[in-house]
Amino acid sequence: MSARRIFARPARFAAIAPYLWMALFFLVPFGFVLKISLSQTAIAQPPYEPVFDFTAGWAAIKAAFGALSIENFKLLVSDDLYVFAYVRSLTVAITATAILLLIGYPIAYGMARLPARWQAVAMVLVIVPFWTSFLIRIYAWINILQHDGLLNQILLALHLVSQPVVWLSTDSAMYLGIVYSYLPFMILPLYATLAKMEPALEEAAADLGAPPGAVFWLVTFPLSLPGVGAGVLLCFIPIVGEFVIPDLLAGSNSLMIGQTLWLEFFTNKDWPVASAAAIILLIVLLAPLLLYERVQRRQLEER
Amino acid sequence: MGKVSRLSRFNVASLALGLAFLYLPILILVIYSFNASRLVTVWGGWSLRWYREFFNDRAMIEAAWMSLRVAVASASMATVLGTLAAMALSRGEGFRGRTLFSGMLYAPLVMPEVITGLSLLLLFVALNAERGFWTVTIAHTTLTMCFVAVVVQSRLGSLDRSLEEAAMDLGCAPVRAFLLVTLPLIAPAIVAGWMLAFTLSLDDLVIASFTTGPGSATLPIRIYSEVRLGVKPEINAICTLVIGLIAIVIVIASLASKLSSSQGESAAPL
Repeated sequence: MSARRIFARPARFAAIAPYLWMALFFLVPFGFVLKISLSQTAIAQPPYEPVFDFTAGWAAIKAAFGALSIENFKLLVSDDLYVFAYVRSLTVAITATAILLLIGYPIAYGMARLPARWQAVAMVLVIVPFWTSFLIRIYAWINILQHDGLLNQILLALHLVSQPVVWLSTDSAMYLGIVYSYLPFMILPLYATLAKMEPALEEAAADLGAPPGAVFWLVTFPLSLPGVGAGVLLCFIPIVGEFVIPDLLAGSNSLMIGQTLWLEFFTNKDWPVASAAAIILLIVLLAPLLLYERVQRRQLEER
Repeated sequence: MGKVSRLSRFNVASLALGLAFLYLPILILVIYSFNASRLVTVWGGWSLRWYREFFNDRAMIEAAWMSLRVAVASASMATVLGTLAAMALSRGEGFRGRTLFSGMLYAPLVMPEVITGLSLLLLFVALNAERGFWTVTIAHTTLTMCFVAVVVQSRLGSLDRSLEEAAMDLGCAPVRAFLLVTLPLIAPAIVAGWMLAFTLSLDDLVIASFTTGPGSATLPIRIYSEVRLGVKPEINAICTLVIGLIAIVIVIASLASKLSSSQGESAAPL
């Protein structure tokens, strides 16, 4: 007890460096995003105004504050282009997360039922693709899905189609890419809860006469809900803001918000609108983010 | 019911299909990187032609070198900061601002990269920092130290605290107890954390695109601009080299985690 107390004091000091780092490079930048989202674009370096110059005296700073406005936010909520982008991002994220759960659950369930030795192997096999580059894995799919790619060659050879099917630049390709990339994020938390589950509970239900379907829906699934929650959040939140996958695999006629933000920033050089888009995205994701933080903290700290 | 009979045919099928789905595309990519034909889809026999092409591509080599330097530097800084953060969270008991601290550490794990990238860039612009190697390194450190913290924290949580307490009861000062007892025990997790940070940095496109400056593209940025123009056999070769490098890293990391006996469970995939 006392030893634990004494150990805790220097351990608390260990927080100082990472605390300051994250405050400076994670928290403070949001202040700049907020400030610039209230500014206007300008043909200047940096490309927005007003620019706060703290050496210019009090009057200049006050004038700069006066020049801030919520114009960009008004634009974002009134222009269909942006509203559609948010709606599409949420639709894509919800659909993809549902597919991921549908595919990931049976795999995680299969893993949890393997003999203990094989479980470790299966876990490594699921983790390895997570370590290989995101971009490379999407590129691998472009190889397969392109006009004269492997998929079309196989379909033609099997006479399933009479001419090559257009796969690239479609929503199906995008969903495929998202599911492929995020599958490990869904499987691992599911597996973690399923593996911890007491098999005797399922056996007891079966012994008492429950058919396999009832065992699953009344015992297994409810007990795995913490894992379902963690997996859903782990996939849903980043997918909403996803940029690379829709950019490379989906068509360009309807954009997700991550793409819109990228376009405003890099192509249109409209930093204020890009910042306002980021702020709104953050507000949309605030509830799931807080929920995720709680799940994660419970998992790591209250054991 | 015996252990083996728990595994139904449905379980085996979903496992096999799932793993095939995860691995086939990468396998195909690797095989086609050895294709002699210029047409990506026609098999022209085995050849190392595209690897030669890559090693003669100065811009690509420079980007790869930049990525490697950023990955090593940011992974090392992230490992130090992440380990300190994990110690504070799992051994520091309660301290002021603890909730904010853990929030700042866990949020970047899922935060969309466009937001993290944009906000860091705006900070660098406001600070008038010259964009290039150091800004990307700082950005990657910020992202990857959170992953390191989760990996190390999960190991610390499964560790028997009575070991370090025994050392202190026998007269060890806390820092000494940490260095002699705790640190050796969590060393495999620290190594695994470094490896994870290294590969995440090597992989990142979005945050690097925001925070880098003209003339210092990383490898993913170069690959991305090539991929947008279509499939090129040389890219297959580069991707295979990256996969090979990461495979080596994974082997080392899994050897390291084999040294640590118990498996910590965490929501982060490691």
